[in-house]
Amino acid sequence: MSEGIAVNGYVSQQELEQSPGYPSLERLQQGPVAVIECPQEIPCNPCEQACPYQAITVGEPITNCPQLHEAKCIGCGVCIAQCPGLAIFLVDLTYSEGLAAVAFPYEYLPLPDVGQKVTAVDRAGKPVCEAEVIKVMNAKANDRTPVITVSMPREHATTVRSISCPGR
Amino acid sequence: MRAVDLAVVGAGPAGLTTAIEGAKRGCVTVVVDRNPKPGGQLIKQIHKFFGSREHQAGTRGVNIAQRLFREAQALGVTLMLGWDAYDIKPGRLEVVRTSFVELTSDRPAVPFRGATKTESINAEKIVLATGAEENAIHFDGWTLPGVMGAGAAQTMINVWRVLPGNRVLMVGSGNVGLIVTYQLLQAGAGVAAIVEAANKIGGYGVHAAKVRRAGVPILTTHTVVEARGDSRVTGAVIAQLDTSWNPVPGSEKTFDVDTICVATGLRPNTRLASLAGCQLSSSPVLGGWVPIHNNRLETTVSGIYVAGDVSGIEEASTALEEGRLAGISAASSLGKKGACDEEEIRTIDERLCNLRGGPFCQPIQDAKQELVKIGESACPKE
Amino acid sequence: MRVAHHPILGDLPKLRETKIQVDGKQIPAVAGEPIAAALAAAGIRVHRYTAQRSEPRGIFCAIGQCTDCAMTVNGIPNVRTCITPVVDGMVVETQHGSGQGNPR
Repeated sequence: MSEGIAVNGYVSQQELEQSPGYPSLERLQQGPVAVIECPQEIPCNPCEQACPYQAITVGEPITNCPQLHEAKCIGCGVCIAQCPGLAIFLVDLTYSEGLAAVAFPYEYLPLPDVGQKVTAVDRAGKPVCEAEVIKVMNAKANDRTPVITVSMPREHATTVRSISCPGR
Repeated sequence: MRAVDLAVVGAGPAGLTTAIEGAKRGCVTVVVDRNPKPGGQLIKQIHKFFGSREHQAGTRGVNIAQRLFREAQALGVTLMLGWDAYDIKPGRLEVVRTSFVELTSDRPAVPFRGATKTESINAEKIVLATGAEENAIHFDGWTLPGVMGAGAAQTMINVWRVLPGNRVLMVGSGNVGLIVTYQLLQAGAGVAAIVEAANKIGGYGVHAAKVRRAGVPILTTHTVVEARGDSRVTGAVIAQLDTSWNPVPGSEKTFDVDTICVATGLRPNTRLASLAGCQLSSSPVLGGWVPIHNNRLETTVSGIYVAGDVSGIEEASTALEEGRLAGISAASSLGKKGACDEEEIRTIDERLCNLRGGPFCQPIQDAKQELVKIGESACPKE
Repeated sequence: MRVAHHPILGDLPKLRETKIQVDGKQIPAVAGEPIAAALAAAGIRVHRYTAQRSEPRGIFCAIGQCTDCAMTVNGIPNVRTCITPVVDGMVVETQHGSGQGNPR
């Protein structure tokens, strides 16, 4: 078990970049792409069936870690709400000049509004920067797992994974 | 006095699937549960399940329970809700009503103001699907109102829709501690921290990641040493542990909390199994004392079976499968077989094997195999 | 405090409200919920006091296994309030010890 997740409760960026399927810098610079943060062998494979482009493989046994095939991933984000572990994110380094967009699952109330300024936090829940909510999706097919997309300065795209919940 | 083919104690995932498979094969079946709502622990699991499609992956536990309950009812299973099984002999269950209202599925709820009511159930086969009990750890003030099992807090927020308190300290970082922390946040409570005595987090990394990015610290090598308060919890003191599990003097930290949730493991609820004379075996990996059973889930007492957490602490997914197996086994022993029983049993065994794969579950796989090996010689032969 | 809005469970459904009496005081309750839920919503945490040392006890397991939540209900002692649904006009009393001496 990786040191990061076993003690800190989250993967380090370094561990993540070394895991198979983590998108290359080249792919990240092409447009939105999924980042799967699931480094342990647990019996789970809905992500494999969720992707309409077969860009995620788990195979047999289902304890295999999921692997992203970056060439097949078009960055649609369908996998985000389908992952029971809420461990998949979408990163778009090309969102706009100097800004990246990150999409993440968010199962709390209240849901923010599009246009709202929020505090983006990292994997440890630490505030990183101010971000703007650009999309809030809560499709029925996703069974109450809303997906929020925020835009923020590009350099924070590898660390931002949620927003701070008010009143915590 | 009732006479049935199959009596099931517990209307959780294992109990309901047992009843469904038994009823499908023509068993007159009754399920007894002391809780007013059926579904066992499933009805509190508001998160999406892992596993694969056959294991209802992606479905929230609470929805699985509803499906099972409706299926059982449609098959004519009698559900005695609010009835507690307090005594057992092979072929006979004694139950006592726990509520002041009648809650059986074949009659509408009627207020009952009489004295305690008991009933006897004669059942050729009994399946104990009694689930688990939460372990407690003892620290100063551990009996104060406000100190409760993590499962208790989960019941309060997800079933009763009531907060146990406003600010919680979670003790234990196994999947229960991590998941209940997440659910407390969803219900609007604050969680000051999770303390974990071991030097690493016990549960899945993805569950830990959810609460970490919500800002909840997970303090490994720490434990709670005191609950403060007179008539209720008003604070908690934690301390760091050394490599011999002793609190390090001077490392104490106080948290301003009104609730302490204890998530320090589950143990099989073997009370009825013991009463019935079933032999138990000590298996720390499976949660403590476990009724010895064979691969058909029959215990050392002929006609009494076990399924779900009572046969070893695992998951909802394994409970669902074991329930199916127990239902098929019990029905088969009554001569009521399904057209494809052998194939179905093979499929269930395969699925259980898959669910028990991977590094997290290998010790459980081994422990279950060892238990069943003892069972093959200790339990009645077919 | 009741959880009125929940991201997964949705809004609290409009269930029939009722009242129960706890130590002489009326508190609101929702039809069908366990007595302990109404108490928790009203902020009442002490259910009973132990026999020997009169120590306070409240909910521990919440599923009828541990008996820490037991109170005297309609004159009947040792009722597990966590699994006993409320009934209109129920009389609930903080129990002292095993409750044998409670007046009916």
